[in-house]
Amino acid sequence: MKIVVCIKQVPDAKDVRLDPVTNTLAREGVQSIMNPYDQHAVEEAVSLKEQLGGEVTVLSMGPPQAEEVLKQAISCGADKAVLVSDRAFAGADTWATSYTLAKAVQKIGDFDLILCGKQAIDGDTAQVGPGLAIQLDIPFVTCIQKIREATDKELIMERMMDDGYDVLAAGYPLLLTVVKDINDPRVPSLKGKMKAKKAEILVLSAADVGADSTKIGLAGSPTQVVGVFPPPPRGERALLTGSIDEQVEQLVEKLAVYL
Amino acid sequence: MLIVDKEECTGCGACEDSCAFAAIEVIDGCAVVGDTCTLCGACVDNCAFDALTIEGAEKTVKVDLASWSGIWVYCEFRGGKLASVALELLGVGRKLADARGVKLTAILIGSETGNTAETLIAHGADIVYRADDPGLNYFTDETYGAVLTDLIREHQPEVVLAGATAIGRSFIPGVANTLGAGLTADCTQLGIRPKDGALLQTRPAFGGNIMATIECPHSRPQMSTVRPNVMKQLEHDSSRTGDVVDVTLDPAMLKSKVRVLESVISELDDVNIQEADILVGGGRGLDNEKGFGLIRELADTLNGSISASRAVVDAGWIGYPHQVGQTGKTVAPKLYIACGISGAIQHVAGMQSSETIVAINRDENAPIFDVADFGIVGDLFEVLPKLISKIEGKRKA
Repeated sequence: MKIVVCIKQVPDAKDVRLDPVTNTLAREGVQSIMNPYDQHAVEEAVSLKEQLGGEVTVLSMGPPQAEEVLKQAISCGADKAVLVSDRAFAGADTWATSYTLAKAVQKIGDFDLILCGKQAIDGDTAQVGPGLAIQLDIPFVTCIQKIREATDKELIMERMMDDGYDVLAAGYPLLLTVVKDINDPRVPSLKGKMKAKKAEILVLSAADVGADSTKIGLAGSPTQVVGVFPPPPRGERALLTGSIDEQVEQLVEKLAVYL
Repeated sequence: MLIVDKEECTGCGACEDSCAFAAIEVIDGCAVVGDTCTLCGACVDNCAFDALTIEGAEKTVKVDLASWSGIWVYCEFRGGKLASVALELLGVGRKLADARGVKLTAILIGSETGNTAETLIAHGADIVYRADDPGLNYFTDETYGAVLTDLIREHQPEVVLAGATAIGRSFIPGVANTLGAGLTADCTQLGIRPKDGALLQTRPAFGGNIMATIECPHSRPQMSTVRPNVMKQLEHDSSRTGDVVDVTLDPAMLKSKVRVLESVISELDDVNIQEADILVGGGRGLDNEKGFGLIRELADTLNGSISASRAVVDAGWIGYPHQVGQTGKTVAPKLYIACGISGAIQHVAGMQSSETIVAINRDENAPIFDVADFGIVGDLFEVLPKLISKIEGKRKA
């Protein structure tokens, strides 16, 4: 089984805050991390490899420092790492990103399964996984919460829905995006960390993957950000007063219409 | 490419502060752009000296934008039920269609849809394209995607909206990618620029810390998924008229390589929290699973459902379908009671449209109190039992 896992380096969104005084983003202490959903995708790939044999290649598109998350994936059991990196990719939206990743996957060669996190926590779009599948002309399923059975012919799995879940079967090639419920990612072993330290990461440019320059970066992006602004301010504070008993009493009065 | 005009740049650092990606830095009194630049343009807007510009490669293939006309709404129908977001989208779609002087079209895909098409007309649609077939009983990305893609190619609408639900967020990206169309996820505001018909799509990014407005300047259709419970639906008006058109389906469109074996509706807890009138939400302040028992009890007392912040879901006390916030669901119940939830912007983004918000938290500085209509500063292990008994007492009286 040949598995490719797409991962992204993201700023830890919970640390990104607006400075209330200057209304600009306070970046101090913001760490770059592997997108949390992608950690689950890496884990699932490694555990499928342990079950069925094969090889796990992790792939990322990003600046040179994204090597860090690729090394982290190797320390967690991935075998190979590829970084597509080029200043020409700047401004890529989800269409241009999925095109670029598809070119990189084709460059890597044969695969049976591609795994992605459900979405990245910086953009939260959940569009690159499906987009990559379309670019490669393979079927996809999003939000997988469990793989029930895995053979070298097909997967039986659960897709999370708003009202429960669907049980699905599909053969290869296939692309899946996963939610956090699917597994608990392992902690890197000492041996894994050693391996990551020595790992050679293949770095590919736009030209290396044979990308059409009109389909990458800003030029290849149908969507463009035309403005950014802080979220609207919140209202006044409305705290109840008195002892806890008095406050509960007032609250029940206020909520009478809902009771 | 982001270009710095070295003559104009004063090295003031405003660009550095405005960059969410740490991609621009003042070195020796002049801004220098790094590898992490995404060309978002935040620095350009913040530069008081016009020292920054974004130069992009011009599109070589131009689409004839004017040949695309009409506003479309994909109306999700699953398990015999129309998703309420479909009606909300018809509400905003009606406004956009009127602003453009074009028709509002609803796309209905499913099986045994009954009189749903008439409901869509009563809520504002001028035309309903109905693909009703037993082969569309279960949702798959391939079948639903093929039907919608085919209709869009044939009729060329300028705008296509869909709910940012599990189904919408799954197959709509596939459709947009196939068409080479721009798609903006999770919009919370939509507007249209009269001059050129550009759809102005506003969405939260960075976990709700910034709002971004997005356009699709060169491509059509302009596609958006929109968060449920954000837009307002129109009143049901059975005097509205419209046409229902049954779509002829090519059997090849009903084939999927992914097979649905079973569709399971969760019964353990009510997971469809977006439809609940009363929600009791629990956060980190619950301390442990016992605390979670308390909010379960309060929810039962109120005949409400349970939701949770990300911290609680990550701790494994309740499943992801209950998560409210930027990476979870958007809810807008009549009553939302936040218990032990600090009110991080990521959470607030998912519940701030609730009609009445109550917050109970021991930290009086918790930001949740900024959005609450009624706040109680106190230990929820003391407040909740009292609240439950008071409500029960009032019920009996």
